[in-house]
Parts: sequence; structure tokens; C-alpha cells
Amino acid sequence: MNDTKKPLLAIEALHTRFHTQDGVVNAVDGVDFNVYQGETLGLVGESGCGKSVTALSILQLLRCPPAEIQGNIRFEGVNLLNLDQEAIRKVRGSAISMIFQEPMTSLNPVLTIGEQISEAVRLHEGMRYQEAWKWAVNMLQMVQISGPRARAREYPHKLSGGMRQRAMIAMALSCNPQLLLADEPTTALDVTIQAQIMDIMVRLKEEFKTAIVLITHDLGVIAEMASRVVVMYAGKVVEEAPVKDLFKDPRHPYTRGLLGSIPVIGHKAQTGRRLQEIPGIVPRPLETPLGCRFHPRCSSVMDICRKQEPPMIHLTEYRRVNCWLEAS
Amino acid sequence: MTDTIRNTADGDRDHSPISPFRRSWFKLKRNKVALFGGFLILLYILTALLAPVLFPGNPSAPNLIMALETPSLKHPLGTDELGRSILGRIIYGSRVSLSIAIGVVSVGLFIGVPLGLISGYYGGKTDFILQRITDTLLAFPGFLLALGLVAVLGVGLKNAMVSIGIAMIPLYIRLVRGCTLAVREEIYVEAAKAVGTRDTVILLRHILPNVMVPITVQTSLSMGMGILFAAGLGFLGIGVQPPTPEWGTMLGSGRSYLFHAPHVATFPGIAIFLAVLGFNLLGDGLRDALDPRFKL
Repeated sequence: MNDTKKPLLAIEALHTRFHTQDGVVNAVDGVDFNVYQGETLGLVGESGCGKSVTALSILQLLRCPPAEIQGNIRFEGVNLLNLDQEAIRKVRGSAISMIFQEPMTSLNPVLTIGEQISEAVRLHEGMRYQEAWKWAVNMLQMVQISGPRARAREYPHKLSGGMRQRAMIAMALSCNPQLLLADEPTTALDVTIQAQIMDIMVRLKEEFKTAIVLITHDLGVIAEMASRVVVMYAGKVVEEAPVKDLFKDPRHPYTRGLLGSIPVIGHKAQTGRRLQEIPGIVPRPLETPLGCRFHPRCSSVMDICRKQEPPMIHLTEYRRVNCWLEAS
Repeated sequence: MTDTIRNTADGDRDHSPISPFRRSWFKLKRNKVALFGGFLILLYILTALLAPVLFPGNPSAPNLIMALETPSLKHPLGTDELGRSILGRIIYGSRVSLSIAIGVVSVGLFIGVPLGLISGYYGGKTDFILQRITDTLLAFPGFLLALGLVAVLGVGLKNAMVSIGIAMIPLYIRLVRGCTLAVREEIYVEAAKAVGTRDTVILLRHILPNVMVPITVQTSLSMGMGILFAAGLGFLGIGVQPPTPEWGTMLGSGRSYLFHAPHVATFPGIAIFLAVLGFNLLGDGLRDALDPRFKL
């Protein structure tokens, strides 16, 4: 593994709060993890656990106020949170890029595909219009869009969801960023298209040596693509592990619950066991429970879990769990 | 171009939906009322452009012997109190009212739209201050505001334009701000930000085209309103000054002879009515045609 390397992105004690009328919402509450050059890190968790907000905080795409970002986000040693607006704008797209969940709405309906892709290279690489256009067509070819020349002249309404997501990937990768934040890139697509998009992302990752932070709630996608996994729950990291270890030996009860709730075809017939679920729902952001945030839903809850927040236990260099079970 | 598309096309090309622009055009073409509005505007613009051809003489030269003549072959719409052909003055008056309307809308567009974009996009203090100013301006009835501004600036064509234009600005600010508020939350704006696009580029290239539809509709309606306001100022005698032929002024001076020469006031009134009607009908038609939810 990349043990000797310095991390490309190091997030330390990231807190993102939203000041709302009902009170302060701690969407991200002390998250830390590293992303190394060229790797794919999976960021997993249920809806509302702060995965997307973490990604948006890295690029500072949140409107502040109401949002407030604290902590350190070091990208190649530079703390992004100390940069001014103009400096962070130059980082966006050229060094760190992002793709979004909704391919249907993430392209501007009044601009052609080519215009939208070439915009980034014109901006960051100072390319001329013609040159940038050729670059855009080239990028469309890379993401396997047929007839890229004609497609570049078309408006988004003529493209299917899968094609739009490919165009989004082309746009995000057009300046060859070192880090790509992929926020549920395949959630809105059907399964066959999902596989194609994943394929393209893996190939481009190899080609461009881009590191990817893959945000998803789909553990199948994680198993396929990620090398390491960070599991988040209610704004906190609850477990981090290399992908194989996580699937083989999940340590946090929440991770176990997540893995247990994946349906396996034929499973019930063979073992007579029902599909497991995690009881309850994610706590509401304004009512985070005392002690361990997962304790109301935890199957192996102990007394101490209700009173004190669990410590982060480092099992090995690459594994850590935020649970009292490991502390004893 | 079409050939290249066909050659590189994949299977679903033939089923591709028609573009929003063409769909709107189809809808507009089927709306007969809006087309009639468009026809009136076309007639109006042609009249203004071809005025010297349509009426070769000087519309302002008095001919007192012919004063207050009823419509005849020589003067199809009769003459006014100074013996000038009303038809000629209406034809030349279209130039004045059209230039006022264009001036008014330009002031509204070039000041109101940028301010609305900034106000909606940045929010915060900028928005608060701009909106309070807008509130203040909107508290006055538009015509009263224009009237007050003329009182400050003085009479004349340019001042009438500026005064009415300023009265239009708050309407544009409100409209554009509201639309910008909705568009700035779209994911494609966030996606544009995520690749490092500058704020000015986001505003002009990503947001402005997406709020063009309501601006277009408002512009058509403001043209009609501009003509009406200009005529109002003229009627009160503080708009364009005689002897320049202006519809409102004609209406105002014709008022004195309403009983024994009603044609003097009636025909300019009809001219104002038709021009304003044209812009309003087209504006309504555009609104229906450009609204994707409204199926015809």
C-alpha cells in the first residue's frame, strides 16, 4: 500500500455546521481521512450521514453562511480552507474536480455539451476556443460517446442519462485533475449503464492517474472499485479499512448491519435466514443522541455506549474503528 | 452538417426530441391572437421606418386655412387645429413613440437585468440593499414616478425616455432576481462552480440565458407600457414638445376640440391603442409559447 507516500488529500478534524432557524446542524462532525495518489477511496454511509457535505466542503461549494467549515483540508500540503476565493476557484476543476449524482440536471440546458466541456480547459489551461473545442471532442471520445463531433454540438436534452453522466465525467476530467470527487455518480442510472460508467471511470483513473473519492451507499460499487473504505455515520467516521478486510471482517456494528442488509440471491433458500436490517433510522441532525451516535440502533449496545462517545481505536495502520466493543 | 450527424448517429437519433426553441415557435405560430399582435407591431415598425415614403410632406408645417378639416381624400384622417394632416402626424409620431419605447426598455434592460442578477446570485447584504431600493421605487405607481422624474430632469424626448426607463428598472430587478434565485440552486450551476468557473461567467453564460424567457416576455410588455407612459406624459404636456408630432401630445391638444372635431383626438388614440395592444398580445403569446408547462 501507499504507506511511505504522503497523502494527496488529508482531511483533519473537519467540522461543517449549518446555522439554521431551528439551531445548529453538525452535518460533518470531526471527520478525518487521507486520500493517496491514484487510489480510489470509498466513502460509504446512509443518506444524510454527511458524505456529500464532506465533498462539498473540500471544494467549498457550500454557501457560507449558513454553512461554516472548520478544520484542515490539506491538498498537497496546502490547507484549502486558508485559500481566498480566487485561489480556491483555480483549484476547482484543475486540481480537484467533482461529478454529481443527477446527470439529468447537472448539465446546463442552454449550452451545448461541447461548450460546457471546453469551458474548463479554456479557463484553466488558457486554450483558444477552437483548440478547447477539439479537446472537448477528444474527451467525449474518451468517455465512449459515439459520434463525439456531432454530440459536442448538441444540447443536453438530446442525450440520455448515461450519456449525460459520461459528458459530466468528461467535463470533470477535462483538465486532468489529481483528485475526482464522485458524489454517487451511478445512483440515478440503471444497472447496465452503471457498469459502463464504472468501467469508464476505472479506465480513466488508470490513464490519468487520478485519485477518486467515491461517495456512495452502494456497497456493490465499493467492492468493485475502491481500495480503501471509510464508513460514515451521522457526521462521523465509524470505521476505516482496506476494502477486502471490511467485507471479510467488519468490526463496527453499523458496518456489519450495512453488509448484512445486502440481499443475496438464493441466500434465504439455503440458510433460512431473513434479510437483516438495521432497526430505526438515522438520528435527526438536531437530535444527535448522547454517547455513541449509533447506540439506539446498535444490536450490541452496552451501558457505556449511552453515556460516553467511543474512542477511535487504531487496530492496524490502515484499520480503525470508532466503537466501545473494540476498546474493551 | 446534417450529413455528418446522420453518418455518426447511433440508433436513437431519429427519436430525438425537438428543441425547446422550435417547440415554442410551433406554439406561437398556432396562437392566432399573438400573431395578430405581432402583425400590429410589424405594421408599427414599418410605419416608423418608412415614414418619409408614406407621407412625403412636412408633418409639422402649419396650414391654418385647413384647420380642423374632417377626413377627406386629401387628408384621410382630417387635420388638426393648425391644419396639419393627422395621418402624417400619426405616421411621424410612430417614430417618436417607437424610439421612446426602445429607449425605455434599454434603460430597464441594461440597468435592471444586471442588478437583478447580482441581487439574486450573491444574496446577503447586496441583495438586501438592492431590494430595499427596489421596494421604495415600487411603492410609487410607475407613472407617478416617471412624472416626478420628469419634474426633476425637465421636459423633452431624452428626459421622457430616462424617466420612464427608471420607472421600469425595479420591475426588471424583481423579475430577474426571482428567476436567478431559482436558477442559482440548479446543479448545473454548482457543476460549473466545481470546475472553477468565474462568477461573471456563471452569471452571464449559465444563469442569464436561463432567465431570458421571462425577460423576453417582460420586454414585450414593457414596450407597450413605455408607449403608454410616453403618451401620458405627452398628454399632460410634459413629454415630447410641439411641434414634434407625438401621439400623446396630439391627444392632449385634440381634447379641446372633442365636441366639434372629435377626429383630432380619436385617431391618435386609436394609434396608441393598437400599438400597445400589439405588444401586449405578443407578450402574452410569448409567455404561453415559451412556458414548457403550458401545452397548446
